[in-house]
Amino acid sequence: MRQPAKESNRDDFGMQFCHPDLEPGSSFVGWALPTLSTLKFEMSNLKIFSRRKAKNENRKSPQIINHQLSMINLILCVLLLLSPSLYALERFPPPDFEGGYQMPQTQVPDARPAVWEYLDVAVLFAALLIGTWLVHKIRSRRWIVVLMLFSLAYFGFWRKGCVCSIGAIGNVAWSLGDPDYAVPIAAVIFFALPLIFTLFFGRIFCAAVCPLGAIQDLVVVHPIRIPMWLESALRLFAYAYLAAAVLFAVTSSVLLICRYDPFVPIFRLGGSFHIFILGGALLIIGLFIGRPYCRFICPYGVILRLLGRLSRKPVTITPDECIHCRLCEDACPFNAIEKPTTDWPEDQYTTDKRRLALLLLLVPVLIAGLAWAGARLGEPMSRAHRKVRLADRIYLENTGQVKDITDPSKAFRGTGQTAQELYTQANQIRSEFRIGGAVFGGFIGFVIAGTLVLLSIRWKRTDYIAHPGGCVACGRCFEFCPREHLRRGIIVNPAKDTNG
Amino acid sequence: MAEQKTSLDRRRFFGQGLWGACFAGIGTAAGFLLGKTKKPETLWQIDPSKCIACGNCATYCVLEHSAVKCVQAYAICGYCDFCPGYLEPGARLSTGAENELCPTGAIERNFIEDPYYEYNIIEDKCIACGKCVKACEAFGNGSLFLQVRHDRCVNCNECAIAAACPADAFVRVPVEHPYLLKGVKDHA
Repeated sequence: MRQPAKESNRDDFGMQFCHPDLEPGSSFVGWALPTLSTLKFEMSNLKIFSRRKAKNENRKSPQIINHQLSMINLILCVLLLLSPSLYALERFPPPDFEGGYQMPQTQVPDARPAVWEYLDVAVLFAALLIGTWLVHKIRSRRWIVVLMLFSLAYFGFWRKGCVCSIGAIGNVAWSLGDPDYAVPIAAVIFFALPLIFTLFFGRIFCAAVCPLGAIQDLVVVHPIRIPMWLESALRLFAYAYLAAAVLFAVTSSVLLICRYDPFVPIFRLGGSFHIFILGGALLIIGLFIGRPYCRFICPYGVILRLLGRLSRKPVTITPDECIHCRLCEDACPFNAIEKPTTDWPEDQYTTDKRRLALLLLLVPVLIAGLAWAGARLGEPMSRAHRKVRLADRIYLENTGQVKDITDPSKAFRGTGQTAQELYTQANQIRSEFRIGGAVFGGFIGFVIAGTLVLLSIRWKRTDYIAHPGGCVACGRCFEFCPREHLRRGIIVNPAKDTNG
Repeated sequence: MAEQKTSLDRRRFFGQGLWGACFAGIGTAAGFLLGKTKKPETLWQIDPSKCIACGNCATYCVLEHSAVKCVQAYAICGYCDFCPGYLEPGARLSTGAENELCPTGAIERNFIEDPYYEYNIIEDKCIACGKCVKACEAFGNGSLFLQVRHDRCVNCNECAIAAACPADAFVRVPVEHPYLLKGVKDHA
């Protein structure tokens, strides 16, 4: 390496930090910065700076400078440490190059063009249309699996699981709570389109369009039937998750669904290790309990479930009529096939009615009780918002309850905002959370009560049906139905044969 | 039997009414939200005036190699010989690899003219640890700073780095101005 062109005889290292073009002492900054630096740099290193061509020889004596330095040192160090905004100063003005040097431009690579977003929407629409056609007209499990694989490849591995209908709940809720938030157009369409399809044709989206559903559906190897009461109880978690996701998004805290999306690390082959483990665990559980995420966790699934109950043309096991052969009874790994009901036993009639009346009375009690509990829970939940966490931390630091300072609090002190302003904002968020928490609790109370009521009602069913809310239209049961075999011509109807 | 029929009709009436309400509800909500999307779409970016170069960008990104990279604002770079972002504070007069501050050797040093040196970031090597950014901010001109590179970023809904950012420096910027560059008047 080349030695310094001009070895300086300067002994006041503060000076050496200054750019040669700067008149020493003329600029406040020119003095301020070296003082900070002296704290960190070894003296020997500082000499290197003297390679800059020195122009000004008329300097003050080292003693005066040292005196000034020691005076300003402390004040400025404190000032500078506390305000990063001061850092953005030009300590060394850009040089005037003599050799005709062309200064390069900072490269700014473009983002993915917006066209791709519309392609995603088009693919979603096409996949939903094809899915509907496959489930209702072709009725082929094999082709549904093909579409599933396509969706897994496109929405999962190619789009890396981002822009998805489940996560879009968060975007939609966030934009309701934050008027400044620009919700992506794709997110709105991804949120609404599968809902509309479900209102018409059942949960086609779950069947073959959702990559999260597809990855789980493909690993179902040995499904175990779990009792209905357990199924209903576990599903309550999904409702709570939905309510929590909406609460945290409306308060602009966290996009819960996206942050804890269990399969995204698999799609991306990277990301949080904990989430990766969660996704792996769900897939292993999924070998035996079909689609655990869809049934017990997915917040979008519960919305689709409710809308699916109302769907115009729900998925049917049989292409035409049910012949009560019971062959499809065990076909569904997701507990969605419901048997015909028997007559209401006379002796149970009164007790059942009494129980239903009791449960109906319980509805307002549960709602009120859980709303109260939710309001109490609002404050701890508000710590999900970074401003609340920061305010708590700043309070602890300012009242001397903790000694060390954290990165966030350091950054906050650099902004020049007062602690009081932060406390006010945090209190505002806390009160939002108290109200939100009450709604959250009330909703969960309503769902629990509703589940209990629905479980205690005896529905009249004459045929084997796929529960329009619970059925994810995977198409497994089609091939169990002899009427389907007849439709495909695999077997021949002997009665028809003799007639024809 | 007649009673049975009316009860079924009533049930169907309620069902269809609910269906219509749901349909209208989704339609209204979607229309309302689509009206809101007239605002420009956004991408994640780091506001360099807030960034404290804590190093979270290197580890929290969901991508295997973080989408955040260090960039050089040549216009405000001092072209120092002893670049605090390039060399270790303890480095003597040697630019050997052992004295480089960057853990991956992602900063390239080119001699321009005495005594000026140009520093370029080799993006493929940069891991966004922010070591050079911190040093340049503290002892240099602050021309080195971290930016989300949009050719790498997948623009997650819930950016994992944004969630972990202690300084609230991750902001959503409109697509038309996807970078917050230092030393450029339009953006600064």
